[in-house]
Amino acid sequence: MTTATTAPEAPASVGQVAGGNALAGTRTLIRFALRRDRIRFPVWILALLLGTLMTANSFSTLYSDPQDRANAARSMGSPAGLAMSGPRHYLDDYAFGSMLAHQMLGFMAVLVGLMSVLIITRHTRAEEETGRAELVRSTVVGRHAHLAAALSVAVLANLALALLLAFGLAGLGMEGIDTAGSLLYGFGHAAVGLVFAAVSAVTVQLTAHTRGASGMALAVVGVAYVLRAAGDSGENAALSWLSPIGWVQRSYPYVDNRWWPLLLCLALAVACAAAGFALSTRRDVGAGLRPEKLGRPTASDALTTPLGFALRLHRGMLIGFGAGLFLMGAMYGSILGDAEDMLKDIDQIQEALDRIGGAGVAESFASMVMVVLTVVAAVYVVMAALRPRSEETAGRAEPLLATGLSRARWVGGHLAVAMGGGTVVLLLAGLGFGIAGAASTGDAGLLPDLVGAALAYAPALWVTVGVAVVLFGWFPQASQAAWIVPVYAFVVGYLGQILQFPGWMNNLSPFGHVPRLPAADMDWTPLLLLSLVAAGLVWLGLAGFRRRDLETK
Amino acid sequence: MTKAITVSGLHKSFGRTRALDGLDLEVEPGEVHGFLGPNGSGKSTTLRVLLGLLRADAGATQVLGRDPWADAVELHRRLAYVPGDVELWPNLTGGEAIDLLARLRGGLDGKRRAELVERFDLDPTKKGRAYSKGNRQKVAIVAALASDAELLLLDEPTAGLDPLMEVVFQDVIGEAKEAGRTVLLSSHILAQVEKLADRVSIIRLGRTVQSGTLGELRHLTRTTIEAETERPAAGLGDLPGVHGLQTLDEAGGRVRFAVDGSQVDGAVRKLTEFGIRSLISHPPTLEELMLRHYGSELAANGHRAKGHGTDGQRTDGQRTDGQRTDGDLR
Repeated sequence: MTTATTAPEAPASVGQVAGGNALAGTRTLIRFALRRDRIRFPVWILALLLGTLMTANSFSTLYSDPQDRANAARSMGSPAGLAMSGPRHYLDDYAFGSMLAHQMLGFMAVLVGLMSVLIITRHTRAEEETGRAELVRSTVVGRHAHLAAALSVAVLANLALALLLAFGLAGLGMEGIDTAGSLLYGFGHAAVGLVFAAVSAVTVQLTAHTRGASGMALAVVGVAYVLRAAGDSGENAALSWLSPIGWVQRSYPYVDNRWWPLLLCLALAVACAAAGFALSTRRDVGAGLRPEKLGRPTASDALTTPLGFALRLHRGMLIGFGAGLFLMGAMYGSILGDAEDMLKDIDQIQEALDRIGGAGVAESFASMVMVVLTVVAAVYVVMAALRPRSEETAGRAEPLLATGLSRARWVGGHLAVAMGGGTVVLLLAGLGFGIAGAASTGDAGLLPDLVGAALAYAPALWVTVGVAVVLFGWFPQASQAAWIVPVYAFVVGYLGQILQFPGWMNNLSPFGHVPRLPAADMDWTPLLLLSLVAAGLVWLGLAGFRRRDLETK
Repeated sequence: MTKAITVSGLHKSFGRTRALDGLDLEVEPGEVHGFLGPNGSGKSTTLRVLLGLLRADAGATQVLGRDPWADAVELHRRLAYVPGDVELWPNLTGGEAIDLLARLRGGLDGKRRAELVERFDLDPTKKGRAYSKGNRQKVAIVAALASDAELLLLDEPTAGLDPLMEVVFQDVIGEAKEAGRTVLLSSHILAQVEKLADRVSIIRLGRTVQSGTLGELRHLTRTTIEAETERPAAGLGDLPGVHGLQTLDEAGGRVRFAVDGSQVDGAVRKLTEFGIRSLISHPPTLEELMLRHYGSELAANGHRAKGHGTDGQRTDGQRTDGQRTDGDLR
């Protein structure tokens, strides 16, 4: 770094921000980041805000009667309900406010975490990976300016969200949603967002790749959610205290309004951010802390086939999702036994389940868990199916398609991995769920049932791939719209069960047509139709890709 | 014998941008054809149409006697391509990328691959993300040349190479030519094309402005003459075809001027009347050819377009091979 010698020729404005320190230029970079994200930020914040306000608003029609709320509290009191929402304490007085905080806070924490992680990686590691950071750092910009600017921007986005949530909710004027609780509810989001922003400030130092950095940080978000789900639904509440999402939920907005758990978040965020700054001084610009390894001087025979090559590119992600889903399934499976024990004595729940179709408690819980596992598998499938698009825009498709490899075979390799890999990932989720579930209930027969229930979703995943291919073939600029499929499936399949959406909304999602095994009976017809639809979409997408220009840099 | 490449009246637009506007190109089998033009003139777009990666809006295109859009895959087995901006897979080594590209094209010559890796001084065990631009370029060049392609399409292939590697590249292309392969070499580096190309086509704004052998093109342009005479050479400026006459010393014994190719004889005859002490003639370089075609643009960019070829610093015609680095006109 330059020392603070007098530099008479330096313009005053530069001298002001420079001062020879590691943070020189931070303010400029913050403004630059805000300019780059002038669409992204409002979309994120408004989507989160409107989702919350609409949910809160829907409560007043769904649960207008106190009796309805009491019933809701009873059904949410099951281990499955608690795993999906938050700690049991909210149920003691289930008014609109406590309902909102109970059902939404954990789920929103994941989304706010995702937003924060993406902000940090986008403005730090992605800049370095593309080489843009090098250009910027060669100007009067300090060593820590990029990270400081990214963190500042994350703070701004989270604060904006917190304030908008607080005033938006208080402004609804609903009974039980008061200003004090709304403030805490809003700032709870900001606190958890900052934790995950700071976590990714560390992960971006570890690896030289944006994808790896955001993947590691999102894995932390996932672990935090799983810990609180396990803690809230089971006997061992201490697990929830290991999770920043659990801390925020234990601030109990609208119930107890305690602010101190947010301080835990703040302390963790500061510690992680400090670690990020410290680690960043121990590495070179553009490099990660993990050194690059050398590899094979020649290619194996398997690599030089379209499928083998695609498999190689997808390998890391496939292993990550497979292992993650196996563990997630096992986590849910391990509480399956509790679900049965705790619920079989409650008459009302039993009656409600009888109405569904006479399935047992464990089966209904299991079919609900399937929805969650499948949505995660769908996230993998979309990422894999969009890989040809990212290869194309990165300029890596061009040299390949200038060889004897046809367009259809090139895309086909990626699609085969997306569809086959999606099925494998589902299988692993079903295995984890089945093995742990069979162990916790003592019913070995559950294993094949649960594996079958998971695999029944495979055709819906293939349709998801098909949607992505059609977009890629005909509307390449809009390929990212394929994300609508898993997001919609999540909203309808998960929130829809709580918020009671009408049936046609469910039918719009390919996942809505899959029989809800093991609670419902097997029905092959929709699965066959979904497979046909998937095949048709893939054919259509390939036809489009053969007709269009390859996009080049 | 059919031509290796024929393109006539090629049009291609991207939205409102017109990239190619009636481009013509003919490449004979077995020749090295220089494809010259400034950045953004449509060179890469043309190559991508020739590869069937882009679909032409209008015009006829044939590569090795076939339609590049309809028969792309068949054609690709017979040609090799080096993109201008080589992107590699971050987690694949350079060696793996070479094998992947070459085998997907239909096989590679292991011995030649090893020899090229050696000559280009490439470490094939490094991961794609660890390579510099020049090394990524080498990976693509080795992959292209290690196969038995009849036609090589090279899009500014030496953009990131150092001067030593550029010499290696020139040797390798020379060998490819001896082996009877056809090469289309796009570039804005004039010295390189000058050394390698049998014929050149110059394009500008998506249209071919001139095509022919270097000799033919030189005939169309001006020779620079620097002369020292015993007596001041009077009346030179009145001769037809003489441009930009400069007197280099007080006495008027040293002059420099440019003269049209067809008028060289008259100018030299005139000089002999004044007793020639020394005479240096600079053949027109491709740079001057380009300057003639892009003179207006360069003027707009603040370069001196007028009096080109008479500016002593720019036309150091006696330079030696491989030392010239001022070819980039941008």
